[in-house]
Amino acid sequence: MTDTSTRTEPGDWATDQEVRWCPGCGDYSILTAMRMLMPELEVDRENTVFISGIGCAARFPYYMNTYGMHGIHGRAPAIATGLAMARPDLDVWVIGGDGDMMSIGGNHLIHALRRNVNLNILLFNNMIYGLTKGQFSPTSEVGKVTKSSPMGSLDSPFNPMSVALGAEASFVARTHDMDRQHMMEMFRRAHDHKGASIVEVFQNCNVFNDGAWEGITKKGNRDSNLISLEHGKPIKFGADGELGVMIDNGTAKVVSVADVGESALLVHDEKKPDPSTAFMLSRLSRGPFEPTPIGVFRAVERIEYATSSTAQLAMAQNDKGAGDLSSLLRSRGTWQV
Amino acid sequence: MTDTAPRELPLQELDEVIIRFAGDSGDGMQLTGDQFTSISAALGNDLATLPEFPAEIRAPQGTLAGVSAFQVRISDFAITTPGDAPTVLVVMNPAALKAQLKHLVQGGAIIINTDAFNERNLEKAGYESDPLEDGSLDGYRSYPVPMSQITRDAVAEHGVKPRDAERSKNFFALGLISWMYTRPVEPTMEFISSKFHGKELVIKANEAAFHAGYNFGETAELFESHYEIKPAELPKGEYTNINGNTALAWGCAAAGQLARLPVFLGSYPITPASDILHDLSELKHFGVRTFQAEDEIAAAASAVGAAFGGALSFTTTSGPGVALKGETMGLAVSLELPLVIIDIQRGGPSTGLPTKPEQADLMMAMYGRHSESPMPIVAPRSPADCFNAAIEACRIALRYRTPVMLLSDGYLATSSEPWLLPDIDSLPDIGVDFHTGFNGTNEDGEGIFLPYLRDSETLARPWAIPGTPDLMHRIGGIEKEDGTGNISYDPENHQKMIALRAAKIEAVDVPDVEIAGDPDADFCILGWGSTWGAIDAAVDRLQEAGKKVAHVHLSHLNPFPKNLEEVLTQFDKVICPEMNEGQLVNLVRAKYLLDIKPVNKMNGVPFTTAEIESAALQAMEAS
Repeated sequence: MTDTSTRTEPGDWATDQEVRWCPGCGDYSILTAMRMLMPELEVDRENTVFISGIGCAARFPYYMNTYGMHGIHGRAPAIATGLAMARPDLDVWVIGGDGDMMSIGGNHLIHALRRNVNLNILLFNNMIYGLTKGQFSPTSEVGKVTKSSPMGSLDSPFNPMSVALGAEASFVARTHDMDRQHMMEMFRRAHDHKGASIVEVFQNCNVFNDGAWEGITKKGNRDSNLISLEHGKPIKFGADGELGVMIDNGTAKVVSVADVGESALLVHDEKKPDPSTAFMLSRLSRGPFEPTPIGVFRAVERIEYATSSTAQLAMAQNDKGAGDLSSLLRSRGTWQV
Repeated sequence: MTDTAPRELPLQELDEVIIRFAGDSGDGMQLTGDQFTSISAALGNDLATLPEFPAEIRAPQGTLAGVSAFQVRISDFAITTPGDAPTVLVVMNPAALKAQLKHLVQGGAIIINTDAFNERNLEKAGYESDPLEDGSLDGYRSYPVPMSQITRDAVAEHGVKPRDAERSKNFFALGLISWMYTRPVEPTMEFISSKFHGKELVIKANEAAFHAGYNFGETAELFESHYEIKPAELPKGEYTNINGNTALAWGCAAAGQLARLPVFLGSYPITPASDILHDLSELKHFGVRTFQAEDEIAAAASAVGAAFGGALSFTTTSGPGVALKGETMGLAVSLELPLVIIDIQRGGPSTGLPTKPEQADLMMAMYGRHSESPMPIVAPRSPADCFNAAIEACRIALRYRTPVMLLSDGYLATSSEPWLLPDIDSLPDIGVDFHTGFNGTNEDGEGIFLPYLRDSETLARPWAIPGTPDLMHRIGGIEKEDGTGNISYDPENHQKMIALRAAKIEAVDVPDVEIAGDPDADFCILGWGSTWGAIDAAVDRLQEAGKKVAHVHLSHLNPFPKNLEEVLTQFDKVICPEMNEGQLVNLVRAKYLLDIKPVNKMNGVPFTTAEIESAALQAMEAS
């Protein structure tokens, strides 16, 4: 039996492996969203690959009935780049946490993004190291008290969206683990985007950093603190849409719609070639205690890396003919003895 | 050019000459040496080259640090080394003389660009008095030639600006040496036109400079004679001149064809390995995909990803890069995917001597990973042998689904020799089949795929690539259950997997080692890698002197050939020259409890034949 022409069910995408995340971990809802999305994408399991590094999130491939590789810490984007280049026919997903992607693997992440390799990168951000039992991560807030920072972390955190936009990623989005529909929509958009896509998922670590995102993701806080970005619409939020975002002197800021008038609000344009406005939006919030945008920050078309690489191969074959070993060995001149 | 009638000079026949061109790194000495090599190759001489360049791209002009040299040995008999010491030295400035004179044999010839010997250049080279006049060159035959001036005069008529004119003086030197050794003019004219295609003025200037040098030799009444070196008696066939890095690159591309797999190279530029990346980047029409990664780790990691996808994967680097790739190699050992890691060894530790060779990464190749991570190791013995070594490394990687280390070095990388081109049809088929069907059943009798179910002969696991229906599976660095590949923390299973990974590598089918030289000798020289040429030449000399000596040279360092212990135990005494502090010696001693004697050299320069000959004589005499 092959998957071709057979419509799959979410259960077809599950493996026989016991899921070993802590009970209550936000990763479960992300896994469910992914398994539910897959049949809707109408893709084949054998043509789908999940690549991960190390960390709690990185166990994800074991739970998807596709091809998968659980790699080494931080290197998933690099492993996936090689796979996507060698096999442009595959759907390659990269799964990692904030330590994996922003710390030890930060270099690989930004380079995969700037090259625009056709990868769907999901960054599970829980602002803590989980698998090593609770040290501060590169997205933890300054002053975070952990076992390795008993007097508070001194490190200024990365904002993953700002980093991705700084690397000029062509698809940049954010979602959170409390909203399955939104997750599925962001994952679908990432999948459909040709090139490097990064989706930051606010994810709760209920053991080492419980409730870290509650200030914005809890039901009662969403109206006031989650700003849903929608392409072509003025950016508004609040229970009655009474709040909005405008650009003021090169900075995005939250305003009262009544004060500034609807026409002063920023109309979200995810296709804007220049990433500056998207960057301003990524800087809108300083942490999960004030209004924070989710949704697609940026979705622009840019030539995909493996496509260009394949084009060069075709061009070389066109110019020189298919590689012939005998001629190669004679290409620098020969003589007879 | 001059219209003086050519003098009739006697033509002397030589069996060999070793010429070293030396100048400032901007003087084009590598180009000059390369071209002289090409002409000599076409004449049928046997030859070997030894380029030597500073690590800096352009060290301050005229200083010792900026001296670039190229040694070429041409002969009418078969040779295996570029020669211990040059018999002719061509120096373009005082720094080159100062840096290189020590290499020249006593009584050797020095051809000197006297125009460069001004006060400023002498000072930069650290000369307190002019060596051309203070007796420093007594004991040598020196030939002062105002190369810069004659070159300027020769190119002036073509409208070349004086400050550009001098750039052609390397072609003057090439012309002069071509005359001295009766090399034909035409090939160099063709070379100039093609090399400088589209730059008419440069072509004219270089042609004029070359002719000026050639004619100068004929007319200047400076030289007593000129020389001829007859073609060498080499096996019949078609030859090309090849250096080790190009041979490796071509070997990688060839392996792709022999395995019928697309080639993927993940690499990060590093001296002296970058040329493999350059050469493979030119082979896109072979379906070779090269990826210049953001760092050494990504280079290796991308190759692992491509191997998972079914490509024949390589990563190329030098010692410091191997250190960075260590964790990824551990992953490849655990994943049991084919991957070839090419290490062009250079002087270390740390940045060390980036342009100089060493063989000191053997222990790192063998043990330089966390935990028990066995990996086969192959090592080429000559520039041309790099082609075979690349194919052999791929054969092992594919057949056993394992990362393989290929240890070349900076000497093989840049040295060149004539290569009798192989018959393409005689190259081995190293293809393996991807796994496409179930290889087990579950409790309900349904077909399942077991990614770690091993082949009973090779212990290799099945290689099923993404895109294969039904065989979806997950692999990873966590210990896997034998057979299923599922995560397993079971102690018994881990013990078993450690043993299986070791047994698989230990059983790699390595050809038996052969004894060169005198198989009945009591004395043996054991070597590996690039010391082959010098050992081979030393063994020839020792045998000519009536000594009984054998030579055993390893192309496989892990596992060792099955007959190695038996072979080594038949000798009373074995010495092992290595460009390290005794790494092969330690491996052999540890494995076979044999008292091999180390002969070590780590000054960044390959062993000379004389050094090995003398070490052998000493060892033979010692009781």
